[in-house]
Amino acid sequence: MTAAAPSRRSRLTAKARRILALIRKEGRQVVRDPSSFAIGVVLPLMLILLFGYAMSLDVKHVPVAVVIDEPSANASEMAASFLLSPYFDAHITSSMAAAEALMQAEQVDGIVRIPADFARRAAQGDASVQILVHGVDGNRARIIEVYAEAAVAQAGARREAEGQGAVATGGQAVVESQLWFNNANDSRYFLVPGLIVLIITLIGAFMTSMVVAREWERGTFEALFVTPVRTDEILVGKIVPYFLLGMGGLLLCMLSAKFLFEVPIRGSIVILTGVSMLYLLVSVATGLLISSSLKSQFLSSQVTLVATFMPALMLSGFIYDLRSVPLAVQIISYIVPARYYVSLLQTLFLAGDVWSVILPNAALLAAAAVLLLALTRRATRKSLG
Amino acid sequence: MTAPVVAGRDLRKRFRQGKTGAIDALAGVSLEIVAGGVSALVGPDGAGKTTLIRMIAGLMTVEEGELTVLGLNVAEDPQGVQDRIGYMPQRFGLYEDLSVQENLDLYADLHGVSPAERRRKYPRLMEMTALGPFTGRLAGRLSGGMKQKLGLACALVRSPELLLLDEPTVGVDPLSRRELWDIIGALVRDEGVPVLISTSYLDEAERCAHVVVMHKGAVLAQGRPDAVSAVAAGRTFLVSPPAGEAPRKLQARLLGDAAVTDASPDGGRVRLVRSAGPADAALAGLRLDAVPVRFEDAFMILQQTADAAEAGATAEPAAAMKLERPVGGAKDEVVVEVSGLVKRFGPFVAVDQIDFQVRRGEIFGLLGPNGAGKTTTFRMLCGLLTATSGTLKVAGADLRRSRAQARRKLGYVAQKFSLYGQLTVTENLDFFAAAYGLAGAARRHRIDWAMDEFALRPMAGVVGGQLPGGFKQRLAMAAALLHEPDILFLDEATSGADPVARREFWRRITALADQGVTVIVTTHFMAEAEYCDRIAILDSGRILAQGPPADIRARGVSATCPAPTMDDAFIAVIEQARAASQPGKAA
Repeated sequence: MTAAAPSRRSRLTAKARRILALIRKEGRQVVRDPSSFAIGVVLPLMLILLFGYAMSLDVKHVPVAVVIDEPSANASEMAASFLLSPYFDAHITSSMAAAEALMQAEQVDGIVRIPADFARRAAQGDASVQILVHGVDGNRARIIEVYAEAAVAQAGARREAEGQGAVATGGQAVVESQLWFNNANDSRYFLVPGLIVLIITLIGAFMTSMVVAREWERGTFEALFVTPVRTDEILVGKIVPYFLLGMGGLLLCMLSAKFLFEVPIRGSIVILTGVSMLYLLVSVATGLLISSSLKSQFLSSQVTLVATFMPALMLSGFIYDLRSVPLAVQIISYIVPARYYVSLLQTLFLAGDVWSVILPNAALLAAAAVLLLALTRRATRKSLG
Repeated sequence: MTAPVVAGRDLRKRFRQGKTGAIDALAGVSLEIVAGGVSALVGPDGAGKTTLIRMIAGLMTVEEGELTVLGLNVAEDPQGVQDRIGYMPQRFGLYEDLSVQENLDLYADLHGVSPAERRRKYPRLMEMTALGPFTGRLAGRLSGGMKQKLGLACALVRSPELLLLDEPTVGVDPLSRRELWDIIGALVRDEGVPVLISTSYLDEAERCAHVVVMHKGAVLAQGRPDAVSAVAAGRTFLVSPPAGEAPRKLQARLLGDAAVTDASPDGGRVRLVRSAGPADAALAGLRLDAVPVRFEDAFMILQQTADAAEAGATAEPAAAMKLERPVGGAKDEVVVEVSGLVKRFGPFVAVDQIDFQVRRGEIFGLLGPNGAGKTTTFRMLCGLLTATSGTLKVAGADLRRSRAQARRKLGYVAQKFSLYGQLTVTENLDFFAAAYGLAGAARRHRIDWAMDEFALRPMAGVVGGQLPGGFKQRLAMAAALLHEPDILFLDEATSGADPVARREFWRRITALADQGVTVIVTTHFMAEAEYCDRIAILDSGRILAQGPPADIRARGVSATCPAPTMDDAFIAVIEQARAASQPGKAA
């Protein structure tokens, strides 16, 4: 038996030494293992470039036919707002029949009809413009419709400012609230925050789950377990390196947001970093939990992809507006932590420090982190059966 | 030193298998291991050796019974045990993307070894393992033998109070094996560390201070090896084959006999362990010379008695396997011809100008340390690798020109289990039969033949990955024989197999050879070389010696070793060659 119980202090030093040794080991593995490097560094860079340059949800240069039934100053002014807009390539036609022919030939995606009585009704203040959109691609059709309405509304606003009557489109001229915070009407504004979610999920959950399962598969855990190392030390030794790597990914995203894509960050950087750390912790814990339970690289990478990356992409409100999905999907989205993080990011990037959004979402993320870490601690035992 | 290092009483552990089945990995094991020397755990696959070692290491829960290690109850305080022991798992537990030094440092950090202690310990570990020149090399780039030594060094960075080694010598050549035992010997001698090792090499067990013989989760015997061996007293003999009969044939004939417990070829004669019953016709007319008992003899007796007790009195050894179609062509015709064969990987010469010929119906053994070029040669023979230069003829076809034609005539059993782990035995056979172009009635017929000859029916519905070791190997061989090849290549097919499974394996191989199949094998078990008609010893891509086993054995004769075993001869041949190539450097 050992002589005297070692002091609390020397026990803590020994603990810190073991954790440091594990972190150092993990760092070396990340640098040397080509697959870790690919997931941790190459893939995030590719995502940034892909989302930043190649992918855009903007609809620009939409070919539309503008039908002027009866030329007038007012009608020309309205037509001009389409001709000058970067979002449209307007072809002026003089008859509806010609415009319909263009639409059928798929040479234009929409028709803007300025009716014969436009000038007269504009003078009365209730002029209207008819907008027809090619509906084959529903999503695109809706965007075109919104843009067209915005173009009409802008023309109306100009007129109103000049003291002339307003213009209403086919019935309602609703301007999407999103456009309020997206002055340039640029999809990068919400793609970049989405990118941060994807990259943090990728590094935090996917990579962690791979490396933990690898230790089970290669039998290295078996040797590691029969040392003075404790379970919590093994977990900390796994969390810290991938947490740091995730923070590196976040920094990369923030820098590219600011300098490459010139997306404004209206909220506080400190709060942005803080909530990102919470979400990163959630991701790492999810990855650990999955791999500790499955112990196979192939299985855990697939499960992690389906359980974290896909929901972060589709159920977080990053690409698809959650208000317009079926109720069942909406309900499911509430258990996706990425959803809360996306709300936080969109608010912090585009609106500012809105505490009524930040506090509840951050609290939910913190709760998820604590729950997942507790579950992971339970699922990881220094035992083979 | 009276308290035992390990004391287990009625240990039980059950693993669920599938939905309803369960196997008792440990079915009431009681054992006691005292300090002083090496204790060995021996037994066939599935005997529970690994489970027991993991339990002692606190890696598996003790379901029933009581286990005390170093005075601590493992079930209550596994961490307490883990703080004080050293353990090397079967797969060494090394981080392949870390260097030798980094692996050592990691384990030293985890064990809390102080810098001063490291300065004292590292040089000694490096000297023992001869890893000094390779500290910067990644562990993944080390040879099997070096990995094993590094694994051992990692388990020894902090002087443990008990060292557990789980089959450290599986798949390792005799040279590395001897080096490992030298390290263990020094450890016991200089530091008095108790060691518990599981092994399937019975000659290793024989040198230990204490052995525990296991069988299907139970302990059959334990004690000093000579005490355990006493069960075979008076039953061991050497038999000379009658003129004109090959020792291998006599061995196969005797092995099937009721009056014989075990028979194995031994230097041109047959080593025989008689069963307890009276002599019968098979032994009539043979001269039996009594020889001293070896631990292996006792082991075979214990295992067979246990098997017989389990199966009832009907445990009859299976008849030697029969081919449906004897291989045609003249006996003694050269079917494999290799001359001036060279294989380079970049600047590295893996195979350097080798020549050999194998005749129909011969068993030819390629032996050599890890990295000698055996597997590379094999892959070229099977047409899986293209030779850099030289001639390669297999079954009359030039492998450099007509690979497909040659491949149809050969069967290949790879080093690792290369069948589908998720398919059942039937599905695996069905797939391979189809892959060889068998269809309809012919396919069904061949699968039936394989099921019967390899006794696979009881496991027909079990998926490959869950088969016990012996069945896996039989399935792999059955799949390689479905298309009735003339030539069979076996690459370390018995690596990790227990002695009982190996006997059975060789029984099939010799039966195949007798029916005209040409067999080329590689193996790490030098005793298996005795089954071969001719062997070649390879090192660094060159053939150092070639000839019948008896001739090779004669090369190991020296003043200190008048009657060398195949292991001794092998090591002597390799060391002589290495010394010759490095003049001035002592071995």
